[in-house]
Amino acid sequence: MTTHYLVLSALLFAIGGVGVLVRRNAIVVFMCVELMLNACNLAFVTFARQHGNLDGQLIAFFVMVVAAAEVVIGLAIIVMIFRTRRSASVDNANLLKY
Amino acid sequence: MPWLSILIAVPVLGAVGVALLPKGSDKLAKQLALVVSLVVLGLTVAMAVQFSPNGNRFQFEEKYSWIPSFGVHYGVAVDGIALVLIALSAILVPIVILASWHDAEGRPDATGLAPKRSAKTYFALLLVLEAMMIGVFAATDIFLFYVFFEAMLIPMYFMIGSYGGVQRSYAAVKFLLYSLFGGLLMLVAVIALYVVAEKNTFMFPELIGAIQDPTTQKWLFAGFFIAFAIKAPLWPFHTWLPDAAAQAPAGAAVLLVGVLDKVGTYGMLRFCLELFPEASKFFTPLVIVLSVVGIIYGAIVAIGQTDMKRLIAYTSISHFGFIALGVFAMTQNAQSGATLYMVNHGFSTGALFLVAGFLIYRRGSAQIADYGGVQSVAPLLAGAFLIAGLSGLSLPGLAPFVSEFMVLIGTYERYAVPAIIGATGVILAAIYILWMYKRTMNGPTAEPVKGFTDLNGREKWVVAPLIALIVAFGFFPKPLLDVINPAVDKTLTNAQVTDKQPVSTVAEKKGAGQ
Amino acid sequence: MQSPAEIVQHSGGVIGVSWLMIALPLLGAAILLLGGRRTNKWGHFLGVAMSLGAFVVAVLSFVELTGLDPDQRRRAFELFEFIPGMVNMGMLIDPLSISFALLITGVGSLIHIYSIGYMSHDRDRRRFFAYLNLFVAAMLLLVLSDNYVGLFIGWEGVGLASYLLIGFWQHKPSAATAAQKAFIVNRVGDFGLLIGIFTIWTTFGSLAFADLTQQVTGQASEGTLTAIGLLLLLGACGKSAQLPLQSWLLDAMEGPTPVSALIHAATMVTAGVYLVVRSGAFFEQAPTAQLVVTIVGVATLLAGAIIGCAKDDIKKGLAGSTMSQIGYMMLGAGLGPAGYAFAIGHLITHGFFKANMFLGAGSVMHAMNDEVDMRRYGALFPVMKVTAVTFIIGYLAIIGFPMLSGYYTKEGIIETAMEHNAILGWLAVLGAGLTGFYMSRMIFMTFFGKKRWADDAHPHESPAVMTWPLVILSIGSIGLGAFLILGNRFMNFLSPAVGLPQELPETHVFGFGPAALATLALVAAGAALAWFRYGAAEVPAVAPRGSFLTTFARRDLYGDALNEALLMRPGQWLTRIAVFFDNRGVDGLVNGLAAGIGGTSGRLRRVQNGYVRSYALSILFGAAAVVGALLYVGNM
Repeated sequence: MTTHYLVLSALLFAIGGVGVLVRRNAIVVFMCVELMLNACNLAFVTFARQHGNLDGQLIAFFVMVVAAAEVVIGLAIIVMIFRTRRSASVDNANLLKY
Repeated sequence: MPWLSILIAVPVLGAVGVALLPKGSDKLAKQLALVVSLVVLGLTVAMAVQFSPNGNRFQFEEKYSWIPSFGVHYGVAVDGIALVLIALSAILVPIVILASWHDAEGRPDATGLAPKRSAKTYFALLLVLEAMMIGVFAATDIFLFYVFFEAMLIPMYFMIGSYGGVQRSYAAVKFLLYSLFGGLLMLVAVIALYVVAEKNTFMFPELIGAIQDPTTQKWLFAGFFIAFAIKAPLWPFHTWLPDAAAQAPAGAAVLLVGVLDKVGTYGMLRFCLELFPEASKFFTPLVIVLSVVGIIYGAIVAIGQTDMKRLIAYTSISHFGFIALGVFAMTQNAQSGATLYMVNHGFSTGALFLVAGFLIYRRGSAQIADYGGVQSVAPLLAGAFLIAGLSGLSLPGLAPFVSEFMVLIGTYERYAVPAIIGATGVILAAIYILWMYKRTMNGPTAEPVKGFTDLNGREKWVVAPLIALIVAFGFFPKPLLDVINPAVDKTLTNAQVTDKQPVSTVAEKKGAGQ
Repeated sequence: MQSPAEIVQHSGGVIGVSWLMIALPLLGAAILLLGGRRTNKWGHFLGVAMSLGAFVVAVLSFVELTGLDPDQRRRAFELFEFIPGMVNMGMLIDPLSISFALLITGVGSLIHIYSIGYMSHDRDRRRFFAYLNLFVAAMLLLVLSDNYVGLFIGWEGVGLASYLLIGFWQHKPSAATAAQKAFIVNRVGDFGLLIGIFTIWTTFGSLAFADLTQQVTGQASEGTLTAIGLLLLLGACGKSAQLPLQSWLLDAMEGPTPVSALIHAATMVTAGVYLVVRSGAFFEQAPTAQLVVTIVGVATLLAGAIIGCAKDDIKKGLAGSTMSQIGYMMLGAGLGPAGYAFAIGHLITHGFFKANMFLGAGSVMHAMNDEVDMRRYGALFPVMKVTAVTFIIGYLAIIGFPMLSGYYTKEGIIETAMEHNAILGWLAVLGAGLTGFYMSRMIFMTFFGKKRWADDAHPHESPAVMTWPLVILSIGSIGLGAFLILGNRFMNFLSPAVGLPQELPETHVFGFGPAALATLALVAAGAALAWFRYGAAEVPAVAPRGSFLTTFARRDLYGDALNEALLMRPGQWLTRIAVFFDNRGVDGLVNGLAAGIGGTSGRLRRVQNGYVRSYALSILFGAAAVVGALLYVGNM
């Protein structure tokens, strides 16, 4: 029964992953990261349902909290970068290398 | 009185004092450093006269628990061998301080040879180094020895890296990496020794004879020996020395070659032979081959050098070959000779480096080809260089001759062929020293040399004590040998070898007469 | 056959303070070197005083020694412990060492006095006297030491003094090179001596002469004794400029002439002969080694004579002759107790007449603006009579003119060699003939014939301080030989130190043996030939090309060429290869390793390209790899 949910979760995760790898706009990358997190949440909840305990649900809440915190800090960083460099492309922010 | 702890503490405190002086008080820093080093010398002399050569092997013992859970102690004591080497350090440091008076101040004509740096720091580093050198020879706890062994590198690293010549950072890093590599191998061996011996102590006297298994001995020997061979340096671990000695300021080069490197040969004599007697015997042929190769190779490469300091460094590689040969020849004469050689070589190479340093300071170049005819304008300088050089070629009547003679005759007793090959070093030594002397001092005076001044008062005070010691011990080495001989005797006993007796009829006759 | 006497311990008397002989000149050298310019004014007088002081001590010791019974005349005493358990420094005063001490301090003092005049224009005269004093001290240590280590210290000490004095005019590159060459060639000999000493120590357990008696050495195998003998001989060859280590002596003439007289003629170069005689306990029981000594001696006496025949430089001519005469001494020393007295006797008379001639040559050079080419001399007899007469006396002595010093001692060596081995003997006779030729050539070219002086030459007789030593030396050149040899006086005197042969040789005021007559005939023929070619005939001012043989002799028998081809050039190549190997091989390996690690890390850090997406990709691959690994492990 739960297989469909897991397949959906895997598809969402893959879409998110591909998005992170191929998109350059930081906002889009960020949204893809969120998508991956939520795909994980879906998987956790599904497993909770499958095993009949609440562990997965619990973890899902943790993930949501962490994701919310991450969005706050991440968006702030992106805004700052955009302000200083007039661009939200992740490829432009490549100073930290070698 | 805890003599040795005082000897270690005084220079450390002096270094702190020198470092804490306000900015701009360079002159005061130099004077303070000189006074501290002279106090250390005085204390060393006071200690040395209380040493009784025929008493206990280790004297002035101190032992406090340091890390009880591993049985690590702060243990210091000296036997005759360590005593003479501590005395060597204590004598050389004030001389080096006096010789380095202007080394940190840079040169007005900006040849890039001597950058302008903080003089205060330089002299503080010198005093720290002195403390470490005394500590390393005094340590009877092997862990403590290791700590000093590694800690010595730090002041020397900065002295080469900050105050050296053009390629100073290359030389300093090379020196540090080489030494650390050897040091880490030794650390492994030290820990393994602790574990295998199962005595829950690092104290050297208690560990003698603790390892019986021959295979274990061989591995541990290798760990210690490679560290010491790099430090000494033996061929083929030598290539850091010419770079380090050529780039270091002359004073630092003296301490590097004169004292620091002796830790290597001292370590072989003290730790390798006594802790691992079976392995030592097993590896003796190899070490003797390396030593003889080093003697000849160092001398031949020295002949081909164009840089004075590199040349002197290569002569030292040749001389360290003699010392290692003496240590592993395992006869009383050879080992006493090797120990004496360590001391004499310190004086002789010290004098050579310092006088070369005076020349380089005047000319701003270490290239032999940049000199010529110095003797005509600065006869005293040339004379000092000649005497130092002659001691480097072991001219009889000067101190190194006695030691070289004893090493070779002692080696000949047991290993005739290596001794004969090694003795060809005396011919090569004449070539490299005299040829260098001829090219720099003789012939028509080169144009840039014409303005040379002769030795000034300070420089005379640098050279005079060294030459006096070289001449005095050349004719009367007995005071040193009387201290060294009993200690070497004990070393040989612990290394489980019997001295080789001459197939003598005279000796029998004498024995019967007594 | 009589063996040497036992060495007895001595105390007190003049002999007890005979170490003053060494200490006085040493002190003089120290004062002059350390005192610096302050001592410039009186330095030369101090030098002379110290040398004379040593001479006085030597004479007094000699007198005290001759007052003792002959078998008590080997006195040794200890000064201090040198290397505990191996060697004590001590003095040995016996007839052999005192003979040397008298020669060294006597001739040495005369040469000191002469140098006051000769070096008067040199601004470094003080330093010259310091070195001369140093030399005298070292040479006395060499001969007076009672053990091989002390001997070796003196041996190298004289080498050092010789180095300093040859290179005294160090601003001349040729002098500096000659000094260096002398030291290095000597070191080759020293190497042999050193190994010889090692072998003595390991075999007998002592290095003191007192312990190494013939009874003791007799217990070693002949092979060992031969080895010791040959090694000591190598040392002797270096110091005494014998083949194959002869090449340095001719170059050594770069030094001031008094140095050539004292060090490179009268004393230092004879140290090898001393060593062989002193080590008689080894040589006498190793006939092979003795044979080699005689062969080396004969070869050198001929080589030196041939070189002497072709030299136009007066000092080099004399140097060749010195080589040749030391060859005679070496030959004598190789003949055992029968030859020792003649060898040492010839050494002493040679010390006189050769010093005489060298100083004479110096006087000539002094007069001729330091010109050394004999082709620029000629007809000097009338202008410098004292020099000429004393030189001619020395000349007559060296060619073995009957009744003069050299006649008795050289004839003694030749006769003894003849009894021993006829070939060696006849070769020595041939050498004497050559001596007659080249020495006559020198006399004719210098003092007779026509003037060939340089335009600015104004020859004049030298001052008295230079001529008086010449006169005293020439008196020795006349009478000393007869005094020593007639009635075997010297042989008997030396016998406590070196033993006596089975039967004492007969001595004549003028012998008529076949060897003596042949020698005289050949010498006369040589002198006559020299007269026809250089006395009667015109001597060209520029040397003619000459035949192959002349070139051969002029180039010192190609000794230098041989050394250069066999040792110097391969040595230079070896040095270059070794330096290259050290920089590129040993150090290259280390630097290569360092460069390899550096290069690898340089390449690896390129992965950190700053693109977030590529980091994400690597995280993805990493995660996939971890999952894959977990699955793999889980399925196992």
